Amino acid sequence: MGTVENTFQTDRKALAERLKGILPAHCLLVDDEDLRPYECDGLTAYRELPLAVCLPETEAQVVDILWTCHQLGVPVVARGAGTGLSGGAMPHAQGVVLSMARFNKILRVDRAARLAVVQPGVRNLAVSEAAAPFGLYYAPDPSSQIACTLGGNVAENSGGVHCLKYGLTVHNILRIRVVSIEGEIFEIGSEAPDAPGYDLLALLIGSEGMLGVVTEVTVKLVPKPALAQVVMASFDQVGKAGEAVAAIIAAGIIPAGLEMMDQPATAAVEPYVKAGYDLDAAAILLCESDGTPEEVAEEISRVTAVLTAAGARDIRVSQSEAERLRFWAGRKAAFPAVGRITPDYYCMDGTIPRKRLAEMLAAIAAMEKKYGLRCANVFHAGDGNLHPLIMYDAAQPGEWTRAEAFGAEILELSVRLGGSITGEHGVGIEKINQMCVQYKTRELEVFHRIKAAFDERGLLNPGKAVPSLHRCAEYGQMHVHHGELKFPELERF
Amino acid sequence: MRLSDLVAVIVEAAANKEPLRIRAGGSKDFYGGMLAGKLFDVSAHRGIVAYEPTELYVTARCGTPLVEIEAALAERGQMLAFEPPHFGRATLGGCVAAGLAGPRRQQAGGVRDFVLGVKLVDGCGLVHDFGGQVMKNVAGYDVSRLLAGSLGTLGVLAEVTLKVLPQPRAEQTLRFDMDEGAALAVLNEWGGQPLPISASFWSTGQLWLRLSGAQAAVASAVARLADQFGGQTVDGEKHWISVREQTHSAFAGASLWRLALPTTSPALGLEGLSAIEWGGGLRWYAGDAVPAAVLRERAGQAGGHAVLYRAPESQRCLEDAFAPLAPPLLALHRRLKKSFDPQGILNPGRLYAEF
Ligand SMILES: Cc1cc2nc3c(=O)[nH]c(=O)nc-3n(C[C@H](O)[C@H](O)[C@H](O)COP(=O)(O)OP(=O)(O)OC[C@H]3O[C@@H](n4cnc5c(N)ncnc54)[C@H](O)[C@@H]3O)c2cc1C
Ligand SMILES: Cc1cc2nc3c(=O)[nH]c(=O)nc-3n(C[C@H](O)[C@H](O)[C@H](O)COP(=O)(O)OP(=O)(O)OC[C@H]3O[C@@H](n4cnc5c(N)ncnc54)[C@H](O)[C@@H]3O)c2cc1C
Repeated sequence: MGTVENTFQTDRKALAERLKGILPAHCLLVDDEDLRPYECDGLTAYRELPLAVCLPETEAQVVDILWTCHQLGVPVVARGAGTGLSGGAMPHAQGVVLSMARFNKILRVDRAARLAVVQPGVRNLAVSEAAAPFGLYYAPDPSSQIACTLGGNVAENSGGVHCLKYGLTVHNILRIRVVSIEGEIFEIGSEAPDAPGYDLLALLIGSEGMLGVVTEVTVKLVPKPALAQVVMASFDQVGKAGEAVAAIIAAGIIPAGLEMMDQPATAAVEPYVKAGYDLDAAAILLCESDGTPEEVAEEISRVTAVLTAAGARDIRVSQSEAERLRFWAGRKAAFPAVGRITPDYYCMDGTIPRKRLAEMLAAIAAMEKKYGLRCANVFHAGDGNLHPLIMYDAAQPGEWTRAEAFGAEILELSVRLGGSITGEHGVGIEKINQMCVQYKTRELEVFHRIKAAFDERGLLNPGKAVPSLHRCAEYGQMHVHHGELKFPELERF
Repeated sequence: MRLSDLVAVIVEAAANKEPLRIRAGGSKDFYGGMLAGKLFDVSAHRGIVAYEPTELYVTARCGTPLVEIEAALAERGQMLAFEPPHFGRATLGGCVAAGLAGPRRQQAGGVRDFVLGVKLVDGCGLVHDFGGQVMKNVAGYDVSRLLAGSLGTLGVLAEVTLKVLPQPRAEQTLRFDMDEGAALAVLNEWGGQPLPISASFWSTGQLWLRLSGAQAAVASAVARLADQFGGQTVDGEKHWISVREQTHSAFAGASLWRLALPTTSPALGLEGLSAIEWGGGLRWYAGDAVPAAVLRERAGQAGGHAVLYRAPESQRCLEDAFAPLAPPLLALHRRLKKSFDPQGILNPGRLYAEF
């Protein structure tokens, strides 16, 4: 993992000359020391220096940069805030990083139409802040929302705590403006409920910067609920907490948020945030209800009844906004809290059917022994999206390799349990090999053909998200159906 | 009818370059471009494959009638939240391929918002699994949702997994007397407030509004709206079915146009506008007093598009059903079509005359 097959050879000087003709000096970085801050995203284990970083300020510059790179055959990696956790924005050694950081304007907030038109470099939280005076907000709320950008959210189809009830990015975007690698501008979607033709919005959202560069995003805003309250329940067995999650759904309740933390996770965060978590519990559940005061009261009483029946050992309901935020503070701070008790951690992102939660957690416990590494679990229990945090020390020889193998095993088990190798962080460079486990050769071929329909020369973010069949063969996961195999000319390992 | 039977038909048609016209219930023969190709009836590939109420999904084969799926869901207090029309005998595959949603669309989302996974037989007869049965899955391009509304031009949706939701605990309908402009204004105003509106329908001076959700929330919203805007509570059940199934008199007429617009676009002032749904986002125009080109232009100027939804054959063979695509988008559509169906044998012309 962590390597990109390279078939590109770029003339660095010629490239820099061409880019200088497009961008003013303050928008172009070419010296190694200036490039250094861009060598990785949130997944710091994988690093690469690009040949140049472009920081365009206008769409016309984006068009020129892409057209030029297309002409010269130079790879381009778009970048938002670089908070991605799968190495999606890791640069290409022979290519350019196209940072959209300066596209940071909110162009329009339309109260009546309940939408906002924003540039891709606008931070997720800034959209909700701009909408707040109108009683509206943007629903998808990744934990990284103070930093991550809408462009990155679109590319990753990001999710968050609210997504169980309010949907993922794909459910909350109305229109995007995209520049193709050939420098052509597309408008996809519309402010109307649908647009003619194929649903290309669905295809572009979550495409990890492989199909085009997003230069404008129109998002849906939703009315801010009058009230939110959270129920915190603790359980003496992880399996019971998992069953409680299923019981809530079975009772016909879709909470505004349904999150779970296991004991290692609560133990890590409690000294840090003093949220009042039950440290003797094997797992705690946080279940939020939002809506009108009547609605919330009704839902909270039903949730409480279900949790009691499911065997919760303790249940607490937030009695004030301050308390609600304190209950959430631990969940929100889980990553940095774990970061304090271990030199390094590796955050995974598999999805499984909810009913397999207990099984998965038991398997992870066994893997902790197998790899000699600890793991804390925090996750979006409502939609079965796990975030195991594997703790390691990069300074200890072999520990990163073990952490990587531990992570790979979790992802592969996710697929076997009927889930996916990524629920929200994307494949990037990190999970590229596990794509060979989740998909058969045929589907991967379709992905390659879709890619070619948008980017025939494969210049946008090469080596990410969709593995080459060659790579799968190397990983030993090439699926052969009825003895037939496409591309028989390729060498097998 | 097994999956292998579907595959066999397509493999043979691909070998002979023989166009196929995919059909199940035939409930939407009226919709889209002119029908062409040899009839390929997939209605016998049917049956619910998996239904997990606590995982919120149902997987069924394409020919399964919607009524069968909805009956199974209702037993567990769940529903297809996008409220698809049945038009008598709609099947799951046709429902997803046509991408048509019903009254609850504005609040709950459209068909594509509920698609989690598909088993697709492409134009070469190859079977693909895209997506899956979990709520969150961002591995690979989201081909499953791309297929919603693709009208069978990219492949046969052999099996589909949909997200399901609990039925609302309470539901109440209000009726107001209001002209078109006033209805559009209040719908946009209410849409920005935390009100549990689950459907809206305006026609001939009356606005119907459905509220769904928790008992207490519905009751307080009904009291407030009735008090402030003079709405009357009415028994809405039959009404919403007549809207979903388009048996309401507003949908009658020789030809029917569907205009998808931003909810805030003002009244278009078209002679013959017959109904407004989805909080103002969907407007129906029944009749032929206004020329097609004018309707298309007005919808486009308002930021939306117009579909010739239902029309006599004499008109359908002259007029494209869907609004034309911008040239770069059309080129992209062609390339995508080619990558799924290189021989161009699946539902040719049903979406666009060009493929
Ligand atoms: C502490 C922490 C918590 C997180 N929590 C969550 C969470 O709860 N949910 C979640 O979903 N994610 C989460 N993430 C992951 C990450 O924040 C999201 O994936 C986010 O959407 C990335 O946005 P970004 O602007 O940082 O994008 P980047 O990391 O810069 O880029 C991500 C990908 O998007 C592409 N891209 C960026 N901008 C564009 C553009 N304009 N056009 C085309 N492609 C573009 C890049 O090429 C790259 O492939 C978390 C990350 C951290 C560090
Ligand atoms: C009449 C009245 C009575 C109220 N009574 C109560 C009460 O009894 N109990 C109570 O708790 N509050 C009560 N409140 C406060 C109410 O919750 C807030 O006014 C309102 O919900 C603000 O929304 P917010 O927290 O989402 O704001 P934001 O500013 O959007 O959120 C603040 C922070 O919380 C995070 N956050 C928001 N929602 C979630 C979520 N679902 N999951 C995780 N993190 C989240 C955000 O990311 C942000 O960091 C009451 C308010 C009113 C007006």
